[in-house]
Amino acid sequence: MPTKPHLIVIGNGMAGCRAVEEILARDPGRFRITIFGAEPRVNYNRIMLSPLLAGEKSFEDIIINGVEWYADNDITLVSGDPVTQIDRESRTVRTQSGRMESYDTLLIATGSDPFIIPVPGHDLPGVISFRDMDDVSKMLEAANRGGDAVVIGGGLLGLEAAHGLSLRGMKVTVIHLMPTLMERQLDEAAGWLLKDALEKRGQTILTGADTAEIVGNGKVEGVRLKDGREIPASIVVMAVGIRPNTRLAKEAGLAVGRGIHVDDHMVTSDPSILSVGECVEHDGQVYGLVAPLWEMCRSLADGLVAQPKGYFGSVTSTKLKVSGIDVFSAGDFSGGEGCEDIILRDATRGVYKRVIVKDDRLIGAVLYGDTGDGNWYFDLLKKGENIAPIRDALIFGQAFASGGGASANPIDAVAALSDDAEICGCNGVSKGQVMACIAGGAGTLDAVRAGCKASASCGSCTGLVENLLAFAMGDDYAGERDNKPMCKCTSFTHEEVRRLILEQQLKVIPQVMQALSWSTPDGCSSCRPALNYYLLCAWPETHEEDPQSRFVNERMHANIQKDGTYSVVPRMWGGVTTPNELRAIADAADKYNARLVKVTGGQRLDIFGIKKEDLPAIWADLNAAGMVSGHAYGKALRTVKTCVGSEWCRFGTQDSTGLGIKTEQMTWGSWMPHKFKIAVSGCPRNCAEATIKDFGVICVDSGYELMVGGNGGIHLRGTDLLCKVATEAEALEYCAAFIQLYREEARYLDRTAPWIERVGLDYVKQRIVEDTEGRKALRQRFLHAQKFSQKDPWAERAAGAESHLHQHIAEVRPFARVGG
Amino acid sequence: MVTADWLDIGPVDQLPALGARTLAVQGGEEIAIFRTANGDIYALRNACPHKKGPLSQGIVHDTSVTCPLHNWRISLVTGEALGGDKGCVPTIPVKVDGGRILIHRGHVLAGVA
Repeated sequence: MPTKPHLIVIGNGMAGCRAVEEILARDPGRFRITIFGAEPRVNYNRIMLSPLLAGEKSFEDIIINGVEWYADNDITLVSGDPVTQIDRESRTVRTQSGRMESYDTLLIATGSDPFIIPVPGHDLPGVISFRDMDDVSKMLEAANRGGDAVVIGGGLLGLEAAHGLSLRGMKVTVIHLMPTLMERQLDEAAGWLLKDALEKRGQTILTGADTAEIVGNGKVEGVRLKDGREIPASIVVMAVGIRPNTRLAKEAGLAVGRGIHVDDHMVTSDPSILSVGECVEHDGQVYGLVAPLWEMCRSLADGLVAQPKGYFGSVTSTKLKVSGIDVFSAGDFSGGEGCEDIILRDATRGVYKRVIVKDDRLIGAVLYGDTGDGNWYFDLLKKGENIAPIRDALIFGQAFASGGGASANPIDAVAALSDDAEICGCNGVSKGQVMACIAGGAGTLDAVRAGCKASASCGSCTGLVENLLAFAMGDDYAGERDNKPMCKCTSFTHEEVRRLILEQQLKVIPQVMQALSWSTPDGCSSCRPALNYYLLCAWPETHEEDPQSRFVNERMHANIQKDGTYSVVPRMWGGVTTPNELRAIADAADKYNARLVKVTGGQRLDIFGIKKEDLPAIWADLNAAGMVSGHAYGKALRTVKTCVGSEWCRFGTQDSTGLGIKTEQMTWGSWMPHKFKIAVSGCPRNCAEATIKDFGVICVDSGYELMVGGNGGIHLRGTDLLCKVATEAEALEYCAAFIQLYREEARYLDRTAPWIERVGLDYVKQRIVEDTEGRKALRQRFLHAQKFSQKDPWAERAAGAESHLHQHIAEVRPFARVGG
Repeated sequence: MVTADWLDIGPVDQLPALGARTLAVQGGEEIAIFRTANGDIYALRNACPHKKGPLSQGIVHDTSVTCPLHNWRISLVTGEALGGDKGCVPTIPVKVDGGRILIHRGHVLAGVA
């Protein structure tokens, strides 16, 4: 049996391994393969280092090919022992440790090296690049110690590093030489929006800033700029750019310019040596993004083992992997003769979209804030399609441009994509490949990820892949991700539904279901209460209640018990009551045969065992004694628990009872995504247990500590400190603003704890503490909504409203005529 | 039309769409009368097969109701629990004639001593 030719790959990174995958896919038996890697680990996804740093992924998550892949395909992996020399004469490579191997075909995939600007101090310990796992480990180590970090370079990589370090708790300053961030990918307007968003997240962004020196004695202590400013730092991340790593090729005498010269089949000036990835120069172009690499690897494999098709350069697009900030750019947006801009700005939503058109072809796109149509624009751009027929609607995105504005259905949108439209930019997977994978039996997101790698990396295309699953499988696909559809009646998420309610001015539930193509005639018991809440939150002035879309407790304004009777809890402001109120409660308990009166955890009294027919009457009695509904049954403000505070307690620092009553008077009656509890403690001894409430106040001598996001329950969560304020008025203002932010942005049935876990405390601080104008506006919206919701539902029912809810339609007595 | 077999329990418009009312039965089990979005009327014993939750207080959607106690979904047509749950609640024959709801006497009084 003749021995197979030996393929040696230098570089165990994304390009080297992808090239091998493509070769194996075409002809698994062609070569004996050895891969040399400088790093002591298996093949992982380098572009996922940012989410790894940000703590959104673990190393296991970003492995592309584990050890079993090498074993299964008979590939010898030599890791941690880099190749140091290529001898073309004898067709051998030599490694650092002196190992020699001879090749028949050699593939150089050495990638690129980070560029370190040679300022004084650049070699101090604590100056790191952002290129591999070791760099991430060093950054995580530094982040564990906390303190200040400086990132030099406001490009894609630098901003992702800054974001990761910031999430890890460091105070981050970004130093960028150019006047706007990511100037190679974004235009000025989008660059400004991005800067603004990052600053609101607590990063300091210095543009037009030129580094003079990295200062420090034996280790990094700071960075000095040419204008004399000094920024303290315990680490400096240098992310100013990358350079093709061409050293081995150059020393071996291959033709090298900025990168290793290759032809359309990725062959270098030596016919038995090929090269792919960031280390090559093709047709004068050097690429530093991942998508071209996939195309190169396909061409290489085609040329080596199948029909040569050739590589003709790549058009690239960019996405920033900073969670919560959506940025997309593609093509040419520098403008120039014959170029026309179409621009859409939506200041409220923070959206900026710009597409650049030349000769009726799309040549560039910059999207900020809403990047959903990025792939569609990119597809139009790559195909060079004539956009004249859809020009009027082009800027509004695919749904409008292709559906005449009628269809916003995301399934239709993916259905309309062509088979070679790119779905996953990280792994270079087209719609056709995803559909083939689904047709081959991959019925879940995970199966698609395993099968064709789409959505397996940064995850920004997860929605598209899910829509493709739904498109291919119809009702058989249920959805699964965190950000999943509201319920099985729709493919929209909670957030999307809320946004569309506002955008399309949808006012009633049937209208929402019609406009958003609900798949059921009248929803289900999950989506109807959620929609009712979203509508009342969006349109407080005009909202009309739909009792049939309320859970029983909210429809009956009492808590249903397991025997079908109800319990009744009148409000006791701040947990304070009077002898008259107590007498009225005692009388009511007697009169309606309450089987139990219990003191609740929220400092009030719960009257148990009331029949639904008796509810209006007991409410009338309680109203007569001055009491109103305590909303103990609602996704609503429940109670404000207090201690006695400075009026009585020898430790009290402020009037916590008084503040509690004022807070309850401001907030009662407001509907929320879930129940909402407040407490005010008069001193740090915290007798009112304010640190496990949705909003808690701890009074101290100098003011009020405001705590948010706590709850008891199954998953106990202590509050986070939002901020400290000096006066009662401020405490009330922040409380109203926080509640309104929660009301407007949390998903229905999310308590504040999971909501804050999801959006991050920093985000809440930014909206409530740092953004003064925004806080005042939130408070104003809350108080406005309260004008419409502070009506005692008990009084309305006692006066006869919705009486059918409390009465039988008829009563049947045996052997007697009824009804009529 | 009231006959010995059918009891008139009132006009259809006493029931809100997607809502329910109860029919008390002296000496017997309470019955829930439902109205769907397109106006069809159904009747079930007002007790979920799971823990006897009052189905009349559930959310009605399509031709099912979700029990207010533990979210079991019950078919208004067959009384069977839907989804993964197992159980069945008796259905009571009911019809609409001239805008009035008629319910079957024999079924209503089943079990009444």
